[in-house]
Amino acid sequence: MLNFIIRRLLALPLIMLAVTFLIVLVMQLIPPEQRAVAFTTNLQQLGRVQEIIKTNHLGGSVFEQYWLWLGQALGGNLGFSRTSGQPVLATLLARFPATLELSLFTLVPLVWVGVWLGAQAAVHRNRAPDAVIRVIAVLGYSIPSFVLGIWLLVIFYGALDWLPGTGNISNDSAILLMTGSVRRVTGLVTIDALLGGRLDVFWDGLKHLILPAFTLLVVGIPALIKGTRASMIEALHSDYIRTVRAKGIAEKVVIRKHARRNALLPVATLISLSVSGLLQGAVLAETLYGYPGVGAWAAQAAAAGDLPGVLGFALLAATIVAVVNLLTDLAYTVIDPRVRYA
Amino acid sequence: MSVVTSRPFQPIKKPASRSVLARTFRRNLPARIGAALICLYLLVALLAPVLAPPQGNCRRALNLAETQRIPGPTAYLRELVAPPIECLQMPRQGFAAQPKPPAGGTPLGSVNGYDIRYGLVWGARTAFFLGITVVAITVTVGGLIGLAAGFSGGWLDNVLMRLTDVTFAFPGLILVLVLVAALGPGLQNIIIALSLVSWAGPARVLRSEVLRLRELDFVAAARGLGSEPVRIALRHVLPNALGPVFSIVVLEMGSLPIVAGALSFLGLGTPLGFADWGQLIALAQKWIQGPPGEPFAYWYVTLFPGLCIALYSLGWNLLGDALGEQLDPRNR
Repeated sequence: MLNFIIRRLLALPLIMLAVTFLIVLVMQLIPPEQRAVAFTTNLQQLGRVQEIIKTNHLGGSVFEQYWLWLGQALGGNLGFSRTSGQPVLATLLARFPATLELSLFTLVPLVWVGVWLGAQAAVHRNRAPDAVIRVIAVLGYSIPSFVLGIWLLVIFYGALDWLPGTGNISNDSAILLMTGSVRRVTGLVTIDALLGGRLDVFWDGLKHLILPAFTLLVVGIPALIKGTRASMIEALHSDYIRTVRAKGIAEKVVIRKHARRNALLPVATLISLSVSGLLQGAVLAETLYGYPGVGAWAAQAAAAGDLPGVLGFALLAATIVAVVNLLTDLAYTVIDPRVRYA
Repeated sequence: MSVVTSRPFQPIKKPASRSVLARTFRRNLPARIGAALICLYLLVALLAPVLAPPQGNCRRALNLAETQRIPGPTAYLRELVAPPIECLQMPRQGFAAQPKPPAGGTPLGSVNGYDIRYGLVWGARTAFFLGITVVAITVTVGGLIGLAAGFSGGWLDNVLMRLTDVTFAFPGLILVLVLVAALGPGLQNIIIALSLVSWAGPARVLRSEVLRLRELDFVAAARGLGSEPVRIALRHVLPNALGPVFSIVVLEMGSLPIVAGALSFLGLGTPLGFADWGQLIALAQKWIQGPPGEPFAYWYVTLFPGLCIALYSLGWNLLGDALGEQLDPRNR
């Protein structure tokens, strides 16, 4: 097993090399003059485009460029973003906590509700609850997040004015955070507020999270429902369940202790897929709700043709996905005793 | 005395030999609703010039006479086969950004001066065009890659599958974002970007199907009869492997307009004024809040385009869900 873990850990840098090479490959689609912009920090430098192309070998082969890019990236230089007016790495670091907060506030209810609904559908297969849950799943697949988001905004922000429409914090709380009345420890607004004992700031942050988190939840939940349902149905059909039932054990216990535990194993993979889905959803949800995370910035960067920004975000997303996949594989060795990697 | 009740003679039931499609629709309400929705949208796309009569430049491109409201048969056919780009541009009723509620000329209202009905009706064509093009490309490319990988095995399989792994390492929308940012917006570039991202799904499914099929007896028989490997792959293995790809294709038809709409929403989609559902939703974004005292004043701006894209996707999803359930061997 140690062998497997070491091999899997060594594979991570290889995956990242392949992914980053793909990124540099995609960059070849645009002419060197345009790519040179990534090396400038102000408009005056644009006059020296040919010089920049030469010194950075932008006209060279893909491999040459990749080698140079890799050297820069390992040194922490991902280029300069026009849309944020800052280096890409600094922007990512500044904006990531907000995205992390939104993702955490979505992921926990997403997994909880999704698994519960999926299991219920499987237990009541082909009966009314199953039909209702499947309709929920199909509706979730069909409503685009930006449409759902706009409708939610029209109702809860525009008409009822119960929830805020933009940002991750109101001005009053932002001042408290900026002046240091509430100390920034983790960078996550709600957690910092709790640590500082400011319940009003916590509630403020939470109110800003409700709509974007709910939007991401609705869009992400069908995959979990479908996956859990399929895996639960398979578990309920297995021989050991028949054995347990033959022993006369109550159906509730059969489902809770025997079927669901085994059915939840593939759900670990679904959760790692959900993380990938949340990153995609974040681009839309953050844009729609004016939430100051990496996704909203990536969307701005893409619309403005700010390639270093978009690529920096893509690199971050690919890294997160690779790491989460690694963690999932490692988790399997712990949660599933049958999995023994040679 | 016992009474022997003789049962009437019952013919032996014929084994079910219905096709997958027939079995899917039998006693399956969601599948029927899905198919009905898709047919409705298809009808709307085909009858676009009738439901939203051409105006301005589109009329000139179709050479319509002064009195003609809708194109005649020949003009219609020409427009259907090769629609002039002018017709896919939403005509402007005016230049005021303020949305106007449904009225005689604009039964679904207007936003930024664009007639919402025109955008939705002709946008159905954009949705079908985009979906069919991307699906055709991805199934052909992904299918060939999956077939080659599964059938040949060895290093080719390894290389091709690692390539799909790298494609899967990126969340799809983010890769599309990168590609569109690099290529620039526009319908053609969206199609290229979506195709570059979505070929990996069909490739993987087809490969696993091919791996299963190539070990079966009928392939061994074909080989024994001296068939060439290419012939075995294309004539014997491929047709049998297409089933599972079919349900992916249906689901993809439903999700493509959502992704394309998301790009339009982010300002990376079709050029301004193009008849495209996502574009109308992007325009609606500014009219979430009504004027004071009338919270739902601009309801038509957000409701109609949103409902239109959601129902289209719902149709394909209902159908794809039912097909997937039918093709799943665990349900036999």
